[in-house]
Amino acid sequence: MSDLPIAPLDVEGWTCPAPLAHQDRIVLGHGGGGVLSGELIEHLFLPALGGASNAEMRDSAVLDRPGAGRLAFTTDSYVVSPLFFPGGSIGDLAVNGTINDLAMSGAQPLALSAGFILEEGLETALLGRVAQAMGAAARAAGVPVVTGDTKVVDRGKADQLFINTAGIGVVADGVDIRPARATPGDVVIVSGLVGEHGVAIMSLREGIEFGTTLTSDTAALHTLVAALLAAVPDVHVLRDPTRGGVAGTLCEIAEVAKVGIELEEAAVPVPEAVGAACGFLGLDPLHVANEGKLIAIVPAAHAEAALAALRAHPLGAHAAIIGQVGEEHPGLLVARSPLGAGRVVSRPLGEQLPRIC
Amino acid sequence: MKYLDEFKDPVIAKRMIDDILATATQRWTLMEVCGGQTHSIIRNGVDTLLADAVEFIHGPGCPVCVTPLEMIDRSLEIAARPDVIFCSFGDMLRVPGTDKDLFSVKADGGDVRVVYSPLDAVNIASDHPDKQVVFFGVGFETTAPANAMAVVTARQRGLTNFSMLVSHVRVPPAIRTIMDSPVTRVQGFLAAGHVCTVMGTAEYGPLVEDYQVPIVVTGFEPLDLLEGIRQTVALLEAGTPALRNAYPRAVSPQGNPVAQKVLADVFEVCDRQWRGIGMIPASGWQLSPAWREFDASLRFDVDDIHTAEPEACHSGEVLQGLIKPFECPSFGTLCTPRTPLGATMVSAEGACAAYYEFRRLQVPTKVS
Repeated sequence: MSDLPIAPLDVEGWTCPAPLAHQDRIVLGHGGGGVLSGELIEHLFLPALGGASNAEMRDSAVLDRPGAGRLAFTTDSYVVSPLFFPGGSIGDLAVNGTINDLAMSGAQPLALSAGFILEEGLETALLGRVAQAMGAAARAAGVPVVTGDTKVVDRGKADQLFINTAGIGVVADGVDIRPARATPGDVVIVSGLVGEHGVAIMSLREGIEFGTTLTSDTAALHTLVAALLAAVPDVHVLRDPTRGGVAGTLCEIAEVAKVGIELEEAAVPVPEAVGAACGFLGLDPLHVANEGKLIAIVPAAHAEAALAALRAHPLGAHAAIIGQVGEEHPGLLVARSPLGAGRVVSRPLGEQLPRIC
Repeated sequence: MKYLDEFKDPVIAKRMIDDILATATQRWTLMEVCGGQTHSIIRNGVDTLLADAVEFIHGPGCPVCVTPLEMIDRSLEIAARPDVIFCSFGDMLRVPGTDKDLFSVKADGGDVRVVYSPLDAVNIASDHPDKQVVFFGVGFETTAPANAMAVVTARQRGLTNFSMLVSHVRVPPAIRTIMDSPVTRVQGFLAAGHVCTVMGTAEYGPLVEDYQVPIVVTGFEPLDLLEGIRQTVALLEAGTPALRNAYPRAVSPQGNPVAQKVLADVFEVCDRQWRGIGMIPASGWQLSPAWREFDASLRFDVDDIHTAEPEACHSGEVLQGLIKPFECPSFGTLCTPRTPLGATMVSAEGACAAYYEFRRLQVPTKVS
């Protein structure tokens, strides 16, 4: 450093690099790792996320080693717009989504990390509300946020705020849940009504109303999974049908496991408002995202027990058997229409495009 | 949902299917004109359930599919301009132009927005007085009234920064062209229910007279479709071509007079190119002289357009019912929804996409 030439200070154009404290908007300095970052952690993140204000600050969280089982580890980024929507917020999604990714391996979640990318100029109060929502979701789930990071980017380089969460959990011995275990003869169960989150976001984003207010179904599913595993330890596959919806998820499973999956369209529980919105927009409810539902694939012999266990849990009250795994048409998802004819269902290509008419 | 669920009843559907199969003494060739009907027929498997009684030829009634390439290229040129916010219904964004699609224009920095109603585009124009806001006005008689109202609203609000790229098409001249074709095999038509909701049924009587072909106005839910098919087959079996309305809960003979009045004011009939088919006389609408100040093709000087369709695309023959989508050598190989060569593979209502999505099981496996 001492080798570098020292530029003369331009007094005319000089501004204070450390903006004032207690600002109502996020400034670049909040991500700089200095005093402002410290204030943000101390006064905003720690109270909201539930850490003690005198928490010992260090570079990583150190967790007790679980007594038995294997570790599950996952990460996901959240860029949803708008930040708040009926039924939840980006904060709920960031906690519940990552917990659910752990739960879909049959893991009991242990802890989460939270990384924030903030746009310069973001209202501090808005960030506070998001952090409060994250903290509330984490406390409700019983999974602590144990480490975090904040960066601030120039105005225009991000859309208000992005969140990344990672999660770590422990998979009990004997639990082996993965898409490749879908086996001919298995039964496909969905844990509740499909399409609510995607339609809630879309109707808010596009300013379309459908008579009733649909709310996102965002929820942490690990207790539902625990209840299911208690009743049926040999669950073959669990997936949460988020982006791509039920169809996208089942297509992936069919491809990975090289099995055919047959879906009874009439058996899929679609709320009336979701059906109406999809009809109006030319979308397929099977392709619409969910944030609080799971698909379970279980041996046929355990299907009724699995269904009963799901229905006994508040998050699984509307669980239904929607299809089965077979040997025919490996790699493909085939939906049987209520009239009895079959059709191949594809993964959505990318963005869902509303039709003209 | 009221007015929809009761038209999906599988028990009644089974009865109607049995009735049609029992009535048909031969396999009749019907064309459903509207892409929405194609989608519903394939999605519900109506064609496979009725395979012994009816062959469906899927008509040119998907507005995305028939919008001429020249118009797509024009939209791409306009959308790429830095002073323009280009608004479109969602499924136009992936329609391939000669070199690219609207999605690529968006990725290259063009301000391309999906709207659900043309009035949304008018509101965007109100909110952005410093920008030119252009709406891509495509579609059949169904979408035309709302597009006309968008122009009317823009004038009421005194907006000088709103315009529309109009590529509207009309169904009856297309039916005439199909029946005039020396190779047509169509023996009866299911007319598009929602087009007739707007326009009424008067335009279809002369077609029945001139071509001695039954035309039955038909809806979109499974039972609506089956009722339209049942009536068409009955007319064919009796040898009495006639115009019937099998969708009376939505269609009256006179249609929607308010919408027709707006259409007659804002638009005038013009000749129109149909992608894959060619020029059909008097088959389109363009803005009438009193409204031409809102015509984006006049407002933006985009003349230097050289279009070229891929040779491997046979969507024209598909649109005319000459081949089934899977009979095209590119189907499922060169041409998929991910890499569409023609518009019929893009829209969910396009016949090729409908076959690709729902019918891959029955399609012979390709050896590439």
